[in-house]
Amino acid sequence: MTTTTIAGHELEVNEEGFLTHPEQWTEDLAPELARLIGLELTDAHWTLIRFLRQDYATEGETATLRRVSTRTDTPIKSLFALFPGKPAKKMAYVSGLPKPKGCV
Amino acid sequence: MNTTKHLVVLGAGTAGTMVVNKLRRRLPADQWTITVVNKDEVHDYQPGYLFIPFGLNTPEQVRKQTRPFIHDGIELLIGDVERVDTAANEVRLTDGRVLPYDQLVIATGTTPRPDQTEGTLGIQWHREVGEFYTYEGAVALRDRLDTFEGGRLVVHITELPIKCPVAPLEFAFLADDWLRRRGLREKTELVFVTPLDGAFTKPVASRTLGGLLAEKGIIVEPDFMVERIDQERQVLVSYDEREVAYDQLVTVPLNMGADFVAASGLGDELNYVPVDKHTFLATGHDNVFALGDANNIPTSKAGSVAHFSVEVFVDNFLEHIAGRPMPHSFDGHANCFVESGHGKALLLDFNYDTEPLTGSFPIPKVGPMTLLGESRANHLGKLAFRHIYWNALLPGRPLGLPAEMSMSGKNPA
Ligand SMILES: Cc1cc2nc3c(=O)[nH]c(=O)nc-3n(C[C@H](O)[C@H](O)[C@H](O)COP(=O)(O)OP(=O)(O)OC[C@H]3O[C@@H](n4cnc5c(N)ncnc54)[C@H](O)[C@@H]3O)c2cc1C
Repeated sequence: MTTTTIAGHELEVNEEGFLTHPEQWTEDLAPELARLIGLELTDAHWTLIRFLRQDYATEGETATLRRVSTRTDTPIKSLFALFPGKPAKKMAYVSGLPKPKGCV
Repeated sequence: MNTTKHLVVLGAGTAGTMVVNKLRRRLPADQWTITVVNKDEVHDYQPGYLFIPFGLNTPEQVRKQTRPFIHDGIELLIGDVERVDTAANEVRLTDGRVLPYDQLVIATGTTPRPDQTEGTLGIQWHREVGEFYTYEGAVALRDRLDTFEGGRLVVHITELPIKCPVAPLEFAFLADDWLRRRGLREKTELVFVTPLDGAFTKPVASRTLGGLLAEKGIIVEPDFMVERIDQERQVLVSYDEREVAYDQLVTVPLNMGADFVAASGLGDELNYVPVDKHTFLATGHDNVFALGDANNIPTSKAGSVAHFSVEVFVDNFLEHIAGRPMPHSFDGHANCFVESGHGKALLLDFNYDTEPLTGSFPIPKVGPMTLLGESRANHLGKLAFRHIYWNALLPGRPLGLPAEMSMSGKNPA
């Protein structure tokens, strides 16, 4: 666990850089977190980020790729276009949520 | 006046069979009827599917008739569930029959769905595009392997969760062993394709199992989310446009709960019933439970989990119908034997809060089975389990294995 400063906020992150306290996340952090992994946020990204935050609040865990896809009506292909390579991980990272548990 | 109540159980697989047999002994026959619905007359020992392609189990060893496993005083109906009407407390079957219930248990498991990945059900299905998650698939794959002469043998997981998440790895280990014995290993590239970033979902186990893959020269293709199978070019294509070529593919299709679950408004995006993870009571309902692979609890979908769950459920259920709070809480306990080839196996033991442990099982410090280490006793344990399954587990006889995970004799890895 280390402490780091992002967009003027002092935050605790784990060894992979994920926020350890999702409640420390605010909307102004997202563009900065996105920049750190080479992304620039568009409205399409924001729709997904807001869904992830709201779903985490009710479910207590990070939505899987499939859940994001069905609940937001976004084809998985588009999720890969918006968050290239590892969409599930990258969406969680930008949204300040724990990495989705590879299902057991 | 004392009116008779109805318990209806959907699915007579591992969980459904155990639960009706156990509850029949505990529920007075003049107060409760028990009905169990299953879509066909056969009961398969699914872990045996893994061994069929390598000739280690025969098809006859893993398939039996359902009816003899259902005890007297329980009504077994063969039929396909179409819908549950939770407002009316009724189950509808596709043939029009309607079953009223006071308490409902959904135990219809999860099923491989090759129809969900484009290009799977082409002319190569059950040939170059094989699978071992069904009886028919396992038998067809045995015949394919019989004529295999080398090339690229690709073992592939479409998406998690799947039942028995270690089974694809075991398949790869057993294939490595089998190819060596046939003198084909040198002529074969054995590839393991997974949507995960490593060999398994739990970090500690992933390290141990990843080590075994490397040791056996099995190539791992991680973070691979398949979009379609192109049978003409014999490649798997991922969403980010990577390709993996195969001569013989062994795929594990997307696993999904039964369609009636979604049609009844009881399912999540994969048709699993959201439940309280400690009591299995369906979210938002007071008389609907879901047991075994059919629910969404965050542990492995495995027969061992179904077994431990039923133990906890039966005692709770008796309190619940008496209007009292449910006293027991399921801890997510799972234990999985992992066949590692060469007559050896590992044993993983974990729950909601604990990573797979090292140590021995079931007797602390003595074994005979070692947790997270390879041994021959583990392998024999896995093979012997088929007999325990048919003769003790399904009839609901006590096995003497505690449902709750015990930490004695185990060392956190
Ligand atoms: C290849 C393979 C290897 C495995 N290895 C292991 C292992 O080593 N260890 C382990 O613990 N577990 C293992 N498992 C997993 C284990 O078999 C399952 O987790 C277990 O059977 C789950 O029990 P269940 O009762 O929830 O579902 P099931 O046993 O699958 O039963 C579901 C039942 O519901 C019926 N049904 C479904 N839909 C309907 C419908 N609409 N109407 C009527 N009936 C319906 C089905 O016919 C079936 O009888 C393995 C599974 C596979 C496929």
